[in-house]
Amino acid sequence: MAAMIELRNVSKSFGGVRANQDVSMDVPAGKITGLIGPNGSGKTTLFNSIVGYHPIDGGSIRFEGREISRLKVPQIARLGMLRTFQQTRIYGNMNCVKNMLISVPHRSMGYFEIFYDHSPGELERAERLLEFVGLYAKRKLLAGDLSFGQQKLLEFAMALMNQPKVLLLDEPTAGINPTLINGLIDRLKRANEEFGITLFVIEHNMRVIMNLAEHIYCLAHGQMLADGPPDQIRADKRVIDAYLGAH
Amino acid sequence: MTLAMTKSQRTLGLYGLIAIAAVIAPFLFSAYISQLTVLWVMVLFAITWDAMGGQMGYNSLGNIFFFGAGMYISAVVQIGLHYDVAEYTAAYGAIKVDFTPTQYYTGLVLGTIVAAVGSVLFAFLLSWVVFGLRGPYFAIGTLGIALAAGELVGAWEYVGAGSGISLPVFPGEPEAGERFFYFAFFVAAVLTFFFFRWLYQTRFGLAINAIRDDEEKAEAMGIHTMRYKTITWALSAFFLGICGSLFGNYNIFIEPLEVAFATVVFGIPMVVMSLLGGKGTLWGPVIGAILYHVIKEATWKYFLGWQWVALGLLIIISVVFFQQGIMGWAQEKWPELFGIEVEEAPAEGEEEAA
Ligand SMILES: Nc1ncnc2c1ncn2[C@@H]1O[C@H](COP(=O)(O)OP(=O)(O)O)[C@@H](O)[C@H]1O
Ligand SMILES: [Mg+2]
Repeated sequence: MAAMIELRNVSKSFGGVRANQDVSMDVPAGKITGLIGPNGSGKTTLFNSIVGYHPIDGGSIRFEGREISRLKVPQIARLGMLRTFQQTRIYGNMNCVKNMLISVPHRSMGYFEIFYDHSPGELERAERLLEFVGLYAKRKLLAGDLSFGQQKLLEFAMALMNQPKVLLLDEPTAGINPTLINGLIDRLKRANEEFGITLFVIEHNMRVIMNLAEHIYCLAHGQMLADGPPDQIRADKRVIDAYLGAH
Repeated sequence: MTLAMTKSQRTLGLYGLIAIAAVIAPFLFSAYISQLTVLWVMVLFAITWDAMGGQMGYNSLGNIFFFGAGMYISAVVQIGLHYDVAEYTAAYGAIKVDFTPTQYYTGLVLGTIVAAVGSVLFAFLLSWVVFGLRGPYFAIGTLGIALAAGELVGAWEYVGAGSGISLPVFPGEPEAGERFFYFAFFVAAVLTFFFFRWLYQTRFGLAINAIRDDEEKAEAMGIHTMRYKTITWALSAFFLGICGSLFGNYNIFIEPLEVAFATVVFGIPMVVMSLLGGKGTLWGPVIGAILYHVIKEATWKYFLGWQWVALGLLIIISVVFFQQGIMGWAQEKWPELFGIEVEEAPAEGEEEAA
């Protein structure tokens, strides 16, 4: 079966900075794929290119076989490809349940459905997912009053509420209390197994990504450096050098 | 009223009191009926502005355009039903309209319907231009539309250019006419209020709040942001178009700069009233409109010549020192009263079993 997301020779520059150069990769359906690389290696830029946040300079991006490199952000999101933000974006002035209700899928929403009330089914699903990420007890708190880690969990739950086919997570564990990281890894795996959501995860923490992904791509200086299963990446000299050289 | 009343009973009681006050006011204070009439116009202005500025975060300075557009569309329809509009306006009032009551009311109703539809169409067309703009550019862009419309209509001979159009006079006693328009604007304002009150409780309301708080995130979640923005703008236009149509007939005479596209007298106060009362709240625009209107009428009466200075001061004070407005402040102080569920963070494990 063809990959869910296929990148071929994707390039993106900001002025003189070549953030991505001829990047090619495949994200297979149903799996967890990792993307690593030192800070500034172009990981977030690649995510932004995939979800239509900015136009790319060259190359091709296909989602389920369809070229999407000219579509806009909300169009791509409605195709079933969602992203979370490295800086975490939630609606701080609303409570958690409202954050969840905003996130209902808009794929098939017709002109009149946008004037409907939220259905009891949606409310129930929102609460179930808040329970899933461990925020049920805080569901009526303003999202802005949650801790940073809890906000990341909320953003994850919002993404699940949207019922995407593939979820692009930008450093889901960054800034999270280390004692909570294992729980998060576990939930990511369950989202993949139980809800059948394909995951594509940027992660700076090597231990986390080795534990999570089945296949890992490594970027350095905007170019694809290596890819392979975790064990192979862990032993790859170029990857080790890139990480050591960056610090 | 006892404390045992439920929230919905309290709300109903409040609506009842307002309705009774609104119905007896024009009889009790008949000397002030024109001020009371304009009060409902102001309430409608503030509610429709707040849908855009308060609930969706798009601060329009040009909403008055739809009021003026509705007014002119309706006037052309009403005159056009019985006269050649170009000849009528070219006569500068020499042609005196003499409509039977039936002609008057059918003209008014038909004109108002076409005005509402026309304003909505304008909103859809303009949305392609204005929603490419963000923040201050959106504000200035919309202001430009209102100002340009005033100038264009002022140069358009067919609709009387700068000398405007005289409209048919209410068929009946002047007092009956005053009361008719008082209640027409009252009903229009009440319908507007209940429509947006309903809208804010649907998915739609939550989506435009999401656009206000973080439009990029809303896009990333797949929300049809452009569709929501266009519809909100069109809904404001719908009610403003109706209001403009009624106002033209109430005023009997319309012209572009002082009546239809009156940016200083009506356009800017839309914003001020919402800010004063508390933008993004249901009652804020209503309270702000009442307060603004009372202060305005009082300054006109007691500080004539200084009225704009006094109002300018009010604007500065509300923008600089009181940004959340009266309702924003009250909601922060007594959140339970407004049904806002804010819980203290429960102690660890306290509620986990729920
Ligand atoms: N919007 C932008 N404008 C200019 N330069 C940018 C922009 N976004 C990213 N860059 C640059 O592109 C490079 C890659 O950044 P980024 O994709 O954020 O890296 P990573 O996520 O791997 O840490 C960096 O040099 C960064 O400064
Ligand atoms: Mg990054």
